[in-house]
This record gives sequence, C-alpha cells and structure tokens, in this order.
Amino acid sequence: MNALLAPIRRLGALSINAIWRLGFISRFFVAILLNSGQSLLRFRLTIREVYFAGVLSLIIIIVSGLFVGMVLGLQGYNTLARFGSADALGALVALSLLRELGPVLAALLFASRSGSAMTAEIGLMKATEQLEAMSVMAVNPIARVVAPRFWAGVISMPILAALFNVMGIFGGYLVGVEMIGLDAGTFWSQMQNNVDLHYDVVNGLIKSLFFGMAVTLIAVFEGYDATPTAAGVSSATTRTVVTSALVILALDFVLTAFMF
Amino acid sequence: MKRSTIDLWVGLFVAIGIAAMTFLSLKVANLTPQSGSETYMLTADFDNIGGLKVKAPVKSSGVVVGRVTKIELDTKRYVARATLTLDKQYQFSRDTSAEILTAGLLGEQYIGLVQGGDPDNLASGDRISLTSSALVLEQLIGKFMTSFAEKGTQDAPAKTE
Repeated sequence: MNALLAPIRRLGALSINAIWRLGFISRFFVAILLNSGQSLLRFRLTIREVYFAGVLSLIIIIVSGLFVGMVLGLQGYNTLARFGSADALGALVALSLLRELGPVLAALLFASRSGSAMTAEIGLMKATEQLEAMSVMAVNPIARVVAPRFWAGVISMPILAALFNVMGIFGGYLVGVEMIGLDAGTFWSQMQNNVDLHYDVVNGLIKSLFFGMAVTLIAVFEGYDATPTAAGVSSATTRTVVTSALVILALDFVLTAFMF
Repeated sequence: MKRSTIDLWVGLFVAIGIAAMTFLSLKVANLTPQSGSETYMLTADFDNIGGLKVKAPVKSSGVVVGRVTKIELDTKRYVARATLTLDKQYQFSRDTSAEILTAGLLGEQYIGLVQGGDPDNLASGDRISLTSSALVLEQLIGKFMTSFAEKGTQDAPAKTE
C-alpha cells in the first residue's frame, strides 16, 4: 500500500512546492520593484551589471546572429527558388528574424550566458553568507544585489535582440547577395516593402523586453532561493536555464497571439 | 564619482544598440522621412481598386515615381478615390491615364501612369480623369465561365437539330 501511495505523495509534494515557489517569485518580483530606487539613484551599480550581463554577451550574440541569418538565407533561398520567388528572400529573412527568431534566440542565449552567471553569483553569495552579512550591516541585499542585476537584464535584452536582428539580416545579405548572387536592390526593397516599423520592429523589441524581464527575474530568484551548498547552487543554475527556456517559448506564444 | 573603463564599454554597448535599432527602423522598415524630397498630390477615381493597398508604388514606364498615400470611398458617386503622392521632379500632362496593374500573375498591385500629349501639366490636387480599374481575377473567371456556358447552350440545340 505504501509503495503505491509513494508516487502520488511525491507528485503532490512537487505540485505544492511548485505553487509555493510561484507565490514566492511573485512576492520577490514586487520586492524588486519596491527596492529599485537605489539601483536607479546609484546608477553605477546597474551600469556595472549591464557590463557583465550585456557587454560580455556581445560576442555570442553577434556570432550566433550572423550564422542564424546565413542559415536562413541558404534554406530560404533553396525553398523559395523552387517556387520561383527567390526575390522574396530579403523579406523572409527580415520578417522571421524581427518577429520570432531574433527576440527568442537572443533571449535563450542571454539566459544561458548571463542568467546562469547571475544565479551562480547570487547563489554563491548566499552560500558564503554574504547576503546575511549585508542584512546585518543594514544593507538591503535585494536593493544592493538583486535589483541592479534585474534592471541590467531588462536594459540589455532589447539591445542584444536588436543587434541579433541586424547581424542576422547581414548574414542573410551575405549569403543571398554576395554568395548566391541575388540582386542587392531587390533584396533590400522586398524587405522594405514588407516590413512595417510598428507592426514588426517595435513588436519584436517589446517581446524582447518581456523576455529580458522574465529571464532575469528567474535568474535572480533562483540564485536567491538556492540551497546554500555547492550542490544547491549547481542545481539552481541548471533550473535557471531550463525554466528560462520554457518560459521564453511559452511567453513567445502568448505574446505572438496578442500582437500578430 | 570617477569614470572607469566599464562606463566606456557600457556606453559603447548602448551606442551599438541605438545604432542597431536605427538601422532596423530606417533601412529595414524603410521609415524614410518624407521631407527629403519635394512631393505633390494627385487623386484618381477608380470603379474598382481590387487589392490595391496604401503605400503601393505608383510607376510610370516601370519606374517608381511615387506612392499611394490614401484610399477612400467617395460616398457621392460610390467610386474608390486613391490619393497619389508623387515626386516633384516627375510632372505629368493633364491627359495622363492611370491604370491598376498587377506585378506578375498573383503579385502585388500598383498604379501605372501613362503620359498623355497635353502641353499643360497636372498641378497638385488635380484629378486624373482617365482611369481603368483593376483586373479582378474572380470576375474575369466569372465572365469566362458565363461566355463559355452561353456558347455551350448555343451549340447544344444546333447539334440536336
């Protein structure tokens, strides 16, 4: 009997734990917003985190954007050429990057590059009792450590996504025009005729703003909530990447349904 | 407050971000400021504009000379009125004709202008009076089907006789 009940009991414990964490993360989000005053007044703190989260992610974003654009150009050309409409390659590359691939892939890369680093850093601070020490010195760790990282992520994400889009379009241009030999004028004019500033560009940036908030919130929360041991920090880092990836993709579906 | 190298890098990062967004809005989405070149407006009435959309190109001999900026229904005569914004360097005579054409078989529709012989040119706000409507594929197929059916009924009694 006990052997039968054990899986059910485990399932129940997992669901209760999940709801517990959901409540905690919501309360944590409000706490970050309430304690953001300091990270805006002492903007240096935020700038430092923008450097670690955003500037150091530049290489991975630029290189992946370029390759994603090149693959899009190659695959798009092969498919479009079959229907005799290879001229639409520019529009295809730009629209798929601006609407979906740019924000989503940039956010996934950002989560695995910077989100995991944030979790590990805050988790280790907790494990070595630095957060406790701050509280003892009457320094609010949420205002001093967590909020600047959160805002840095929110600032960095749209910039990285925009850069990803530009590099992707450049990659598509390299393959389509320089390598395959489509007409450069057709490539750009097809793009310009089919891309709308508000509908495509601005909506894509709004998406990446939401992703930035979600990813950094999950990252700082997992760090803050980590079990203060070496194994706890390691599993918190793993959870950050997995949860961020799932949340990004689910949020992408919801936002797309709203916007387009 | 001291300046540090981190500030430089973050400044560079933000500058790259702004440049990327500017590139996306100007080069990719084509938000070119209209004030760059002088323009003038013409209107043209069509019985049917088909799938013509705002921002569709206006071409003369295949060269883009302007864009459709507004499409509305004239509720007095129930015709579609398209407002065209043309580049000032392209002037057209008063008996210019406008027709709605399709790029390719199923491509996007645009307005083609054919220059007339009148020595006077159209001024801003004038109306192009010679217009021909869009070719609507469904109507064309419908006409073809009815003429085909008529032909069939004419042929049928002939055979029985």
